[in-house]
Amino acid sequence: MRWRPYGEQAALLDCASLEQMSAARAALADAAVEGVVELVPGARTLLVVEEPGSRALETARTVLAEAELSRPPPEIPREVTLDVHYDGADLALVASAAGLAEDEVVELHTGAAYTVAFTGFAPGFGYLTGLPAQLQQPRLDSPRTRVPAGSVAIAGEYAGVYPRPSPGGWRLLGHTDATLFDAGAERPALFEPGVRVRFRSV
Amino acid sequence: MRALEIVETGALTLVQDLGRPGYAHLGVPPSGALDTAALRLANRLVGNAEDAAGIETVLGGLAVRATESCTAAVTGPPVPVTVDGRAVGSHAPVPVRAGQRLAIGTPATGLRCYLAVSGGLAVEPVLGSRSRDVLSGLGPEPLEPGMSVPLGPPTGVPAGADVLPPSPAPAELVVPVLLGPRDDWFTDAAAGLSVWWTITAESNRVGLRLDGPPLRRARTAELPSEAVLTGAIQVPPDGRPILFLADHPTTGGYPVAATVRRTSLSALAQARPGTSIRFRLSSRAGNG
Repeated sequence: MRWRPYGEQAALLDCASLEQMSAARAALADAAVEGVVELVPGARTLLVVEEPGSRALETARTVLAEAELSRPPPEIPREVTLDVHYDGADLALVASAAGLAEDEVVELHTGAAYTVAFTGFAPGFGYLTGLPAQLQQPRLDSPRTRVPAGSVAIAGEYAGVYPRPSPGGWRLLGHTDATLFDAGAERPALFEPGVRVRFRSV
Repeated sequence: MRALEIVETGALTLVQDLGRPGYAHLGVPPSGALDTAALRLANRLVGNAEDAAGIETVLGGLAVRATESCTAAVTGPPVPVTVDGRAVGSHAPVPVRAGQRLAIGTPATGLRCYLAVSGGLAVEPVLGSRSRDVLSGLGPEPLEPGMSVPLGPPTGVPAGADVLPPSPAPAELVVPVLLGPRDDWFTDAAAGLSVWWTITAESNRVGLRLDGPPLRRARTAELPSEAVLTGAIQVPPDGRPILFLADHPTTGGYPVAATVRRTSLSALAQARPGTSIRFRLSSRAGNG
């Protein structure tokens, strides 16, 4: 792991793997370091932003130097199961690319346990790890100009769900009626880093 | 109810406060006024808390009418301000009686004017902020003629005229930066950024897009998505930097060569397309 300074009040922790990043994120979240204003995971990095005048970055370094990061985080903040209608526009494409039948794709997708690794792209959009290797396929050559809200999709090593209508290049397996982001709710995002996710076919 | 009626709007007229930091891990941009110094000053002038919501309007052009008497102030670059056609000037508290029309002209330099009104704009906050985020669509809709915006109860006393005269926005900017976090992805990031760049017309609240001699990459690998900050200078494959402003995406897939000092963000908020800009290395310990 290596800290890279980022502007005046932040540092980016470069990790060897997504697993190491997730463990570092969980350790820092657990320590609830005073003066940390943002803790933002990426695919291999963790950004820590401190309040001006605080010594939060220094404390964060100490916490991580002493943390045991080789084990997965002991506590999972939450588990959610999403009901999915597997009627996505790319289900047939994904099946043929993987050399599987469509119901085998559904079986693989619903059989796996996923974890929200990091977010971005739009409020409430989570990058989920845990996608079975047979389903790891590249983005579409040409992104769609509009992907409907609730679309359940895959791209590369990630699974995800579009929180609202937007352009997008991920392969669509189906859709869910669940609300992924509601700014007015007590917990605005269904997916936040560390949350465990499963998909159920309905 | 105390309210502000929107009569005319500029190129883009938005409600802004100091934004919604603390939600980046959910994919929510910080948003908020781009020229925070100007919004804070406008609020102080009318007796508001510095973080009260005001209006950010691009290239002036805003006209409003208050339903009840209030104190207003316009800040940002120097700009003509009138009340019922009578010139009153910017950067000073202005009493506005019920039904009077306050209008902001076009600034000769700079880009964003701020209007604060005693009591502040009392639209419904979203995740603790009344700011409109143009990237994610959070916060109140852009203001349009005919809309009515509620005002909160006035709390403080308007400031006296102890304010420095406003300075025009410069045609050239030299901005101090701290290298990193990914300067090692470029052959010579400091030298590459030290040349004159031009701010292009594609710039907006998400970021300033710069045109000039492309920055050369030392590594061609794809960068796994990572968090980005306001003031980060991200360099896409074409080598032309994007300097992120308040409505930036929370994560990005291109390396950030350097990050500007926060004290420069207000000047960047006022930089029109066509402005020349270059970056000067600043040491992490010092203030220069």
